[in-house]
Amino acid sequence: MTIDGAADRRPIHEGLFELGADGSIALIGGYSPTSTKYHFPLLDTCPYSGATDIERVLLSTDATLWAWTAVTAAPPGYNGPVPYGFGVVELGHEQLRVITRLRESDPTRLEFGRPMTLVAEELPDGVVTWAFA
Amino acid sequence: MGVRITGTGIHPFGRFDGKTTTDMGVQAVRAALAEAGNPPFQAAFCGTAYGGVASGHKVLGALALTGVPIVDIEAGCASGGAALQLAAGAIRAGQYDCALVFGVEKMPKGIIRSSFFEPWREEGGLAATPAYFALRAQRLLREAGLTKQHLADVVVKNRRNGVHNPNAMFRKEVTAEEVLASRLVCDPLHLWMLCSPNEGAAALVLQRGDGGVQLAAARLRSHLPGSVLGEATPLSGIDDRDIVPPSTLSARDAYSEAGVGPDDLDVVECQDTDAARELLAYQELDLCEPGDQAKLLDGARVVVNPSGGLLSKGEPLGASALGQVVEIVHQLRGDAGPRQVENARVGLAHTVGRGANAACVIVTR
Repeated sequence: MTIDGAADRRPIHEGLFELGADGSIALIGGYSPTSTKYHFPLLDTCPYSGATDIERVLLSTDATLWAWTAVTAAPPGYNGPVPYGFGVVELGHEQLRVITRLRESDPTRLEFGRPMTLVAEELPDGVVTWAFA
Repeated sequence: MGVRITGTGIHPFGRFDGKTTTDMGVQAVRAALAEAGNPPFQAAFCGTAYGGVASGHKVLGALALTGVPIVDIEAGCASGGAALQLAAGAIRAGQYDCALVFGVEKMPKGIIRSSFFEPWREEGGLAATPAYFALRAQRLLREAGLTKQHLADVVVKNRRNGVHNPNAMFRKEVTAEEVLASRLVCDPLHLWMLCSPNEGAAALVLQRGDGGVQLAAARLRSHLPGSVLGEATPLSGIDDRDIVPPSTLSARDAYSEAGVGPDDLDVVECQDTDAARELLAYQELDLCEPGDQAKLLDGARVVVNPSGGLLSKGEPLGASALGQVVEIVHQLRGDAGPRQVENARVGLAHTVGRGANAACVIVTR
């Protein structure tokens, strides 16, 4: 599981997203046919209905911006750069709102409903997480 | 048969280097028992989130008052409300005649670190508590037609009230200009719009009986599935506006149990963890329609956070809900001094926090 040919990179947590060798990324979510609802991260029980007929799905990588801010001081347990963007995006197809890092760390440069795309984001020590840009 | 509140005690909220949670708890419990005339109690319930194992036992051990059942209760910021619900229920059921309820806390400085978050969420920058508050504030401003000025107005109001509270951490008035000029923590929230986690203790004595100051209701609820920006802070959600938040669930339970409605309230102490949280509470507690928040800020209809709120007092998680109830009891007794709300007869205390948990306590006389 590498991106850009770097072998020492590791995902921040197993099971959150798939990384392609070409640098692509996709979030791994769940879908319950009985509740008809998607969720993220993937669970074995639908968090909205309790249904257990969960299918593993790759969530759509395009979204719109629903809420955003910037974190200006490092919170506990975080040693990445500050400020960093932080917000909620709405995945168009799944009607699911996802809490996420944002590539843009200046809140004044964003607006409600802006189209965004999922990207891989590098943190210190070769850690890779997801963000929307 | 009702439940009377016959004793109140509080250790000031603030920073007290060298003092332990036990020291602070002893002070609050001793004051509450003395005010009630030192009645024998058959059970003790202690709210704390960060106090550690057997925090309640340590307080009562220091007072040579052990032997009764002592239970520590954790429900995030609503821990004290949860303890009150359990104590009041046991008294109403006839199990006890008298119960002691107290809360103690000594929070680390800075952004609250919570075992609620998995380590990878901290590492990825997704455990930044004020950032969640900021997102919720931004959505509230948008949906209720409010501005940053309203957030500053909440801070000005509460800090003005806090000047008269000897148990508050911050006792200096501030101007809206100063609030808006304080450091931007997470847009739209500036530093002075956020309450400080801190230290303190509060205690209440409950006794079966009618008359006097009555604990009319104490109701805890948890969140329903779905909301992405509630205090449950999940990583995804399906909706936000159409899911009844835990504060509303607990408020409606409490109104129903107490037989009062939002229009009957004279005084409210609500969870102003940040300035937007107070404005959100107005609509969650059915004090106003969404968008009508500004009409409540002058205190003409109901006085909110006469104690100065958490913005003045700071927030010792396990003690904060009981600190609110101590304030309401003083308001209803008419001995709140320069903070007194005239002819206060019905008060509500509201806390909401991690879990998500929300508690509403209604006190009447």
